[in-house]
Amino acid sequence: MRRETILNAVLYLAMPVAAALAFAMDEPFLITLITRAAIFALAAVGLNLALGLGGLVSLGHAAFFGIGGYAMGILAHHAQTYSPMIDSWIVIEGTKSMPVIWLVAVVTSALAALAIGALSLRTSGVYFIMITLAFGQMFYYFAISWPAYGGEDGLSIYVRNSFPGLNTLDPMQFFVLVFVILSAVLWWMGRLARAPFGLALSAARQNAERVETVGLGPFRLRLVAFVISGAVTGLAGALFADLNRFVSPTMFSWQMSGEFIVFIVLGGVGRLFGPVAGAMLFVLLEYLLSPLSEFWLIYVGAILLLVVLFARGGLIGSLAGREVAHD
Amino acid sequence: MTPILLIEQVLNGLQSGIMLFLMAAGLTLIFGVMGLINLAHGSLYMIGAFAAAAVAGWTGSFTLALAAALAAAALAGCIIEMVVIRRLYDRDHLDQVLATFALILIFSEGTRWLFGSFPLYLDVPAALSGPVRLPGGILYPSYRLLIIVIGLLIAFGLFQLIARTRIGIQIRAGESDREMIGALGVDISRLYTIVFALGAALAGLAGALVGAIQSVQVGMGEPVLILAFVVIVIGGIGSIKGALVGALLVGLTDTLGGVLLPLLFGLFMDPSSATTIGSALASMSIYILMALVLLFRPTGLYGRA
Repeated sequence: MRRETILNAVLYLAMPVAAALAFAMDEPFLITLITRAAIFALAAVGLNLALGLGGLVSLGHAAFFGIGGYAMGILAHHAQTYSPMIDSWIVIEGTKSMPVIWLVAVVTSALAALAIGALSLRTSGVYFIMITLAFGQMFYYFAISWPAYGGEDGLSIYVRNSFPGLNTLDPMQFFVLVFVILSAVLWWMGRLARAPFGLALSAARQNAERVETVGLGPFRLRLVAFVISGAVTGLAGALFADLNRFVSPTMFSWQMSGEFIVFIVLGGVGRLFGPVAGAMLFVLLEYLLSPLSEFWLIYVGAILLLVVLFARGGLIGSLAGREVAHD
Repeated sequence: MTPILLIEQVLNGLQSGIMLFLMAAGLTLIFGVMGLINLAHGSLYMIGAFAAAAVAGWTGSFTLALAAALAAAALAGCIIEMVVIRRLYDRDHLDQVLATFALILIFSEGTRWLFGSFPLYLDVPAALSGPVRLPGGILYPSYRLLIIVIGLLIAFGLFQLIARTRIGIQIRAGESDREMIGALGVDISRLYTIVFALGAALAGLAGALVGAIQSVQVGMGEPVLILAFVVIVIGGIGSIKGALVGALLVGLTDTLGGVLLPLLFGLFMDPSSATTIGSALASMSIYILMALVLLFRPTGLYGRA
């Protein structure tokens, strides 16, 4: 087996093993921490389709994360206050059912990604970075200035939403649910990268003109990738809001978008498990460093700077060799 | 709404636009000459504001505070250019985004460590704290008027610098062909450091000038940075003229939108929901402006295709 395959397997199993250990030691806080890492990983796996495979450096993915979060927050808010969401010629009620919330989160964030992508993909390179950042910020300010759902203070949801057959308030059961979703998405992304679509997308990153010459439209490929990418990050947002039972405009903040990119780069760009490794590393750093100093982000900044300047390829690149896998 | 109030708001829009220009001009120069996207430009803005607040606290002199802001931001610019940024010119944009994001973390937390989490206050000098009477009987804060004048003077100076001086010629040459001017014997790495420090000094000055109106705190630079990006997207990357036009457009849209949109919705809605919808839309107005520009001119108003 190749070293990266072994490393991927280790990374993949690290989360459930750590969660099982925490469960055995009766440390629910640690299980929640691992769940957080898994949700961040999911968000970054979504971004990685656009960024790693498509070469689209989106600095606005917090928009989709936040939309997913607010999809959960708004639906659950109406359900917990027994007030209908829309009450005119049709009546739409809120819901506490996770599958319904996920569906709404995925659809709304995909629609937002379609609109943002259609506009920002008209440009490329550094324009694209600035524009996605700006659109992300637009949602942030909108969430702050719209008072109906808490404005700047955000929305608290008192009881975690329900999933048929599970007690989602139990940290271990919720972790398993998140981990299953993460696994399914990883499996799908792995297939997508090898499917004709993924190959064409990758080719469009390497040389858009050639792709156009053989009759494929880079714009459409990128737009589809951007929409899928936004939808996955939106799903992660709904899970993140459910983990905290709270949603606020900070989910839309540009630092969030920056952190998603950090996860990917810490782990290794263009690698399926890169975001997983990066998110785990980031949450681990936060756990280890934040008790040491109030200003622990300085160390994160320094580590990040060193990784970018000297350790290109991230964690997986350093451990498994620089070449990005072709299989 | 009275005409006087409207003129006041237009002046406020001009003032925020001209400060945005100081940020955007540096960013767009750095991108134009070195091809670098610098997220840490907002940190330089913050450094200027903090240096000004600290020096004003020690000496009580606003002039010295402004000089300190310029010097501190230019110095910080020189240092980060020589230590970090220089290694990024040949890298792709992703590495540039990441490394400058790391710089933001370091500068923000470093400043929090040095100065604490509470905002500092930089007072407007006493001589400028009152209003000034403009033609037509409009009373307008004299400090804000001074900011507009300073900003316009700097914009003029910058245009002269680029159009008429030797360094300006080198900057323009650097924008069109980096390798060629290197081959002609221009010390490229010195030119890059100068351009970066110039951009940093402009950002630092803007931070100090605005810091006297708002509070000086960690994280003050990033919202302005993102607005400056919107300005650059609208104006076109690498164009100083585009930065000026874009900055004024964004400043005016942002300020007037916040005042006019709630009034506009008030014409056909009850007041409370008009305020809600109006101000929510106003918060989005500059991004909608950016989207419109993108639809019709993807490379910005003055950008090269």
